[in-house]
Amino acid sequence: MSAILPPSERVWWNQPIDKLEFTWIAIALVWSLVMFAMMIWWHIFGNQNLANETYKTTKEMYAAKTQAVVDQYTVRTGDEAEKQFPIVKPPAGSDIYLIGRLWDWWPVYELEHGKTYKLHLSAMDYMHGFSLQPQNINIQVHPNYDHVIKITPNAAGIYSIVCNEYCGIGHHTMVGRMYVK
Amino acid sequence: MTTTYRICPRSGLQFDTNAEKLMRWHAVAGVLSLLVGGIMALGVILTRWPAVKLLEADVFYMVLTAHGIDMLIFWIIFFEMAVLLFASSTLLRCRMATPKLGWVSFWLMAIGAIMTNVAIFQGESSVMFTSYVPMQAKWHFYLGLILFAVGALLTCFIFLGTLVVAKAEKTYEGSIPLVTFGALTACIIAIFTIASGAVILIPTLLWSLGYIREIDSLMYRTVWWALGHSSQQINVSAHVAIWYAIAAIVFGAKPMSEKVSRSAYFLYILFLQLASAHHLLSDPGLGSEWKVVNTSYFMYFAVLASMIHGMTVPGAIEQAQRLKGYNKGLFEWLRKAPWGNPAFSSMFLSLIGFGFLGGISGVMMGAEQLNMLIHNTIYVPGHFHATVVIGTTLAFMGLTYFLVPVLFKRELLFPGYAKMFPYLFGLSMYMVALVMMGAGTLGVARRHWDMAFAGSPMAYEWPGAAYLMMGLTGIFGTIACVSGGLWILQIVFSLLFGKKLEEGEMRSTPIPLTLPAPTPGGAAHPPATPGTMVLALIFLTSFILYYFVNWKYLSSLWSMA
Amino acid sequence: MADQQEERIPVMQQVLDNPFLLLFLGITIPTVLYVLWGVMEIANIPVAR
Ligand SMILES: [Cu+2]
Repeated sequence: MSAILPPSERVWWNQPIDKLEFTWIAIALVWSLVMFAMMIWWHIFGNQNLANETYKTTKEMYAAKTQAVVDQYTVRTGDEAEKQFPIVKPPAGSDIYLIGRLWDWWPVYELEHGKTYKLHLSAMDYMHGFSLQPQNINIQVHPNYDHVIKITPNAAGIYSIVCNEYCGIGHHTMVGRMYVK
Repeated sequence: MTTTYRICPRSGLQFDTNAEKLMRWHAVAGVLSLLVGGIMALGVILTRWPAVKLLEADVFYMVLTAHGIDMLIFWIIFFEMAVLLFASSTLLRCRMATPKLGWVSFWLMAIGAIMTNVAIFQGESSVMFTSYVPMQAKWHFYLGLILFAVGALLTCFIFLGTLVVAKAEKTYEGSIPLVTFGALTACIIAIFTIASGAVILIPTLLWSLGYIREIDSLMYRTVWWALGHSSQQINVSAHVAIWYAIAAIVFGAKPMSEKVSRSAYFLYILFLQLASAHHLLSDPGLGSEWKVVNTSYFMYFAVLASMIHGMTVPGAIEQAQRLKGYNKGLFEWLRKAPWGNPAFSSMFLSLIGFGFLGGISGVMMGAEQLNMLIHNTIYVPGHFHATVVIGTTLAFMGLTYFLVPVLFKRELLFPGYAKMFPYLFGLSMYMVALVMMGAGTLGVARRHWDMAFAGSPMAYEWPGAAYLMMGLTGIFGTIACVSGGLWILQIVFSLLFGKKLEEGEMRSTPIPLTLPAPTPGGAAHPPATPGTMVLALIFLTSFILYYFVNWKYLSSLWSMA
Repeated sequence: MADQQEERIPVMQQVLDNPFLLLFLGITIPTVLYVLWGVMEIANIPVAR
């Protein structure tokens, strides 16, 4: 009789389905499959796919790799900040290591647009959230994991890296920068 | 414990008095959690309103942690346990299994909820709802959650036990009612949820006590979300069951097809829980195959199920209304619906808001690549305030109006406010969800004390529209908090001071359920539901447009591989 | 009921009427597809050199 009573027919499985109801189910099924196909299609033809290339690492090892890139390619020291940040300009195609830690993103990279870089992300303490603005690309950053993403900036500009994973009392001050020339 | 049965003179429902008392206590504990969570909500919203910025950062993060846990876990699961008891012993008209264990379960949950709240308000467990490692809370933060979960697990077993009792004692014939089937779905998902919670929270407790050296952050996030997300899937199953129940109670609506609705729930049982992967789409290390299969509930089969429920509930109402003669045009059945009945208006606003705001945004952000656009932005809480507040909480609140006279035997005070409440609260929550999603689309972070980044050497300036939308979040959020607070006052006052209503007949044996004999030659052909179909097509159109607009947006970003 | 011609209950209806079978499916599928598969993926992440 109703949804709070047992079905009135003993064998309800064989009851016919309303025509409109059936039509809706068919439409919904097709749409579901389209959405499923869309993700796969984008892997083949789309340009924005998050790489799954990841390595287990240690904080020490990751920090050392980052330091090596900073030592080799630092071009100047940032003066727009109270804190002194090395501005690092590695050649196109190289590995660039970014550290998320309480409470900054280190170092600041200067990239060329249209060139591809292998961006590495890892955290030194808690998890952090890599949120590139105003692009709005958001990636979770874990300690002890080195996540490698090939990025190709498509426009020059000054980009900010906001931390968008809660990481303690100074979380709101955790903003980094990336220059694209 | 002896079992007595009460026949409610207002609804005709039969309550096992042991179960009834447990339902009341669970509902009250739920509403108390809602009260704490609601006060915290006000603190959160008034701090994120850039022009107000009420709390200091440390207090803000503490309050946000309490808000998340009290709302997403305690309020909702306490209430759901009452729903499980109702859907089993009351709807099947039988005794509840093991009432003593029911009290053990209740007190475990209550002690757990208090313990975790104490830990949070002591101030050293501001780790957010998710308590991601390696950030550490105090040990009793985790222990409270574990006790609460164990209690809830016991009630899930009592629910299953009660199904066995009803079948053995033949208090019903044939299959269980659809609403009970929905509760069974919720119960199954709850068991998976709680088991996953145990797998991750017990080691975390040991870690906080120093017995374990380290917990891997990626492992934690993966298993924790089997708890964190699936717990919200319990809600979906439960509030869909409540939609069906309210349609049945208010309209006498019969499900359009038992087969279709139950199959849709079956898809929930099989696939809904996979969506825990929604939270890990922008994480390292998990392969795309895993991400695609899980985030899409296998192949969007649970979305298919939700789209089915979203059509069959209003469809059943349309059929019932048309049978009553509201047959003019496409929408007379809807215009002539009892919009002043808060149980109905809550349910309908819940259904529309859940579908249009929560459903569409959830599927968009659950697409593997699109997730990068909104991961950890305030879009995410925008989405789940549409699902959990508009979908679940509003449905529960509407049902509570029905329960005050039926379960608590009190007359509702301030019925005028009850008429207004669903619109005031529901529509302001619609706005909150929308503007939060708007700000999130612009990139504004969630769980963030200061969007101006005060004290940061390289502060970023959000566009003016983001500030505007966070301001609107503050305004509409405040309206929602105040109207929700008045709802709590109304319910509490009614329970304390409302006119006592007649108990109804007390019996020592249950009256088994008797059904009217099926009409010979099958039921009369039910009327078609063109109005519902039009609503469904409007929904689908908005869905498709919004979905592809976001792919277009994604295509404008830096390339990544 | 008893004197009526008893129609056989279709298999799918029997499945949906069996809460413990549903419980089994509802635990197993997400445990395998989500938890176990996910944990395997994490366990198999190579170590950086
Ligand atoms: Cu951070």
